[in-house]
Amino acid sequence: MQLEFKVMGGDFANAGYASSEIKKVLKQINIDPKIIKKVVVALYEAEVNICAHAYAGKVSVEITPEKISVEVSDKGPGIPDIELAMQEGFSTASPAVREMGFGAGMGLPNIKKNTDFLDIQSTVGKGTTLKFINYLT
Amino acid sequence: MSAEQFHHALKVNLEKCYGCTHCMSVCPTEAIRVREGKAIIYEHKCIDCGMCYRVCPVKAIEVEQDDFKSIFNYQRRVILYPSVLTGQFSPEISTLQIIAALKHLGFTDVFEVEHGADYLSQAMQEYMNKNSGNKPYISSFCPAIVRLIQVKFPSLVDNIIQFKPPLDIAAVYYRKRLIDEGVAPEQIGIFYLTPCAAKIAAVKSPVGEDHSSIDGVINLDFIYNRILKVIKSNPGIDTSGIQVPTLRHQSIRWALTNGEVDRFEGRCLAIDEVHNAIEFLEKLENDEIPPVDFIEIRACDESCPGGILNVENRFIAVDRIKKRAKAHKDYLSSNPTENPLMQYKTHLDENCNLKPVQPRSMLIIDKDTNKALSKLERVRELMCYLPGVDCGMCGTPSCRSLAEDIVQKVAKLSDCVFIRTKMQKEKTLGNNLSYEITKKIWGEKCMDKDCHRPGAKHNNHNAKED
Ligand SMILES: Nc1ncnc2c1ncn2[C@@H]1O[C@H](COP(=O)(O)OP(=O)(O)O)[C@@H](O)[C@H]1O
Ligand code: SF4
Ligand SMILES: [Mg+2]
Repeated sequence: MQLEFKVMGGDFANAGYASSEIKKVLKQINIDPKIIKKVVVALYEAEVNICAHAYAGKVSVEITPEKISVEVSDKGPGIPDIELAMQEGFSTASPAVREMGFGAGMGLPNIKKNTDFLDIQSTVGKGTTLKFINYLT
Repeated sequence: MSAEQFHHALKVNLEKCYGCTHCMSVCPTEAIRVREGKAIIYEHKCIDCGMCYRVCPVKAIEVEQDDFKSIFNYQRRVILYPSVLTGQFSPEISTLQIIAALKHLGFTDVFEVEHGADYLSQAMQEYMNKNSGNKPYISSFCPAIVRLIQVKFPSLVDNIIQFKPPLDIAAVYYRKRLIDEGVAPEQIGIFYLTPCAAKIAAVKSPVGEDHSSIDGVINLDFIYNRILKVIKSNPGIDTSGIQVPTLRHQSIRWALTNGEVDRFEGRCLAIDEVHNAIEFLEKLENDEIPPVDFIEIRACDESCPGGILNVENRFIAVDRIKKRAKAHKDYLSSNPTENPLMQYKTHLDENCNLKPVQPRSMLIIDKDTNKALSKLERVRELMCYLPGVDCGMCGTPSCRSLAEDIVQKVAKLSDCVFIRTKMQKEKTLGNNLSYEITKKIWGEKCMDKDCHRPGAKHNNHNAKED
């Protein structure tokens, strides 16, 4: 099954829409709640990152009985040093974003922790593409 | 326990039900369908919250109860009444008079449920301090919420605090006390005066324990009239031998919104009303809620004073209960009393734990993930054809639920009135067949003239039978 969602930069009010929808699907197809939780947390963080750091983005999800593959790509500033960005607590979030309760620098580390496979590709000045996979059994 | 074994206290009276869609559209778990002009409840989805009961225009949703006479099968007839009972009566009627009236009606022992909250508030705080179980802790108080979590939020079942609610604690205590007094176990009948259907379901098919410690339930609206009658016909009813309840004043407010939250340290939230609960649990499940230690959630607006079997307006009842709690505080400061239940702490410690609550997801469209996935694909395909207006004319609450019912082979695409109209125009469906389908969903009567319908010329459906 294929699903697609749009995510807009700055639109924190709607961050979490894609992860909620995916959660509904996974619940209906009898996936272990613990696995669902991991997927939802990872996807939510990825959505928030588009809101916080990029201009616009897209979430594409493919679900098979074995695995869920997620691609989150955005047009945005890109990440100059991915290794640094992956460190817990590292954040370039603006004060405005922090005031809204985001920007603890735990997003990418959480995505890493909650997925079975993660790949990040980024071009400074163009955008970022994050791919992750969770096995469903 | 399999889904078939779930006991529900809400039943549709097929004589009265005329197949309107009020209940179907408010049901928070989409558990209701209309077939042949009658509402049917899908047992595995029902959480006994009573929303259907509230909105039924002809009182066709009924709450079962045990025969009142069955109390006389026991020598010691104990009634556990909730503090909300005292909020039903005008302030001129005292708690002592209510207790006296309950005795007059045949109970030998009358005990306020919230005595159990004195013990529970301590036990829960200890449980939370020990960091047992998953955080945030969710109260086990409201059975409709426990069931909601089981069917709709299975990933949160381990967050439910594994402690019995005050009702069960009061029952465990009272039974033990009578046995210690030398009363034979078979002579003891413990009854609960319930403000809602969910508590009945909890007694009849408990979650997290093998059998309930309560022998029967009496509905609050049933007893209300009788208490009132006793007090009205015996204005000077003798209350001299009756003791003022010995619970802490805060426990009187336990079943009100914030009643639990006010007792605990840490970050606590209180949520009431079932749709609010769903909205919140959805976010909690997605980890979108900042860290909290404890969550009190009740299915009714204003918590138990909003229970479907209450008689008084919930806001008025809340105010009265708060006033009573305040007066009780003053009373206790000049008349310090011991809650006898607290002397049974060790017994309660041993008997008031719940086993882990098991999920029973109603959402799973097929246990086999492979099949589920193709069914879900099919649902999405069907949604391309259905109009998305959620009109309910197919006898299901939404286009989406029709699509799911079609995939589960309990409904047909032609059940949709829009599809049917189009098929008729395209002559792929005859007029007769179209009529038959409407009849299958709504029954024949809905197409006949009937001056006794709600709002019609000779309507008199509102008279309540007793
Ligand atoms: N989609 C993105 N586009 C640009 N920069 C990003 C993106 N995602 C993450 N980053 C960078 O990586 C940093 C760390 O991200 P994360 O761990 O999610 O923490 P936070 O979002 O709280 O800052 C961010 O502060 C930002 O500099
Ligand atoms: S809030 Fe109270 S009255 Fe309402 S369903 Fe829950 S336990 Fe029953
Ligand atoms: Mg982030």
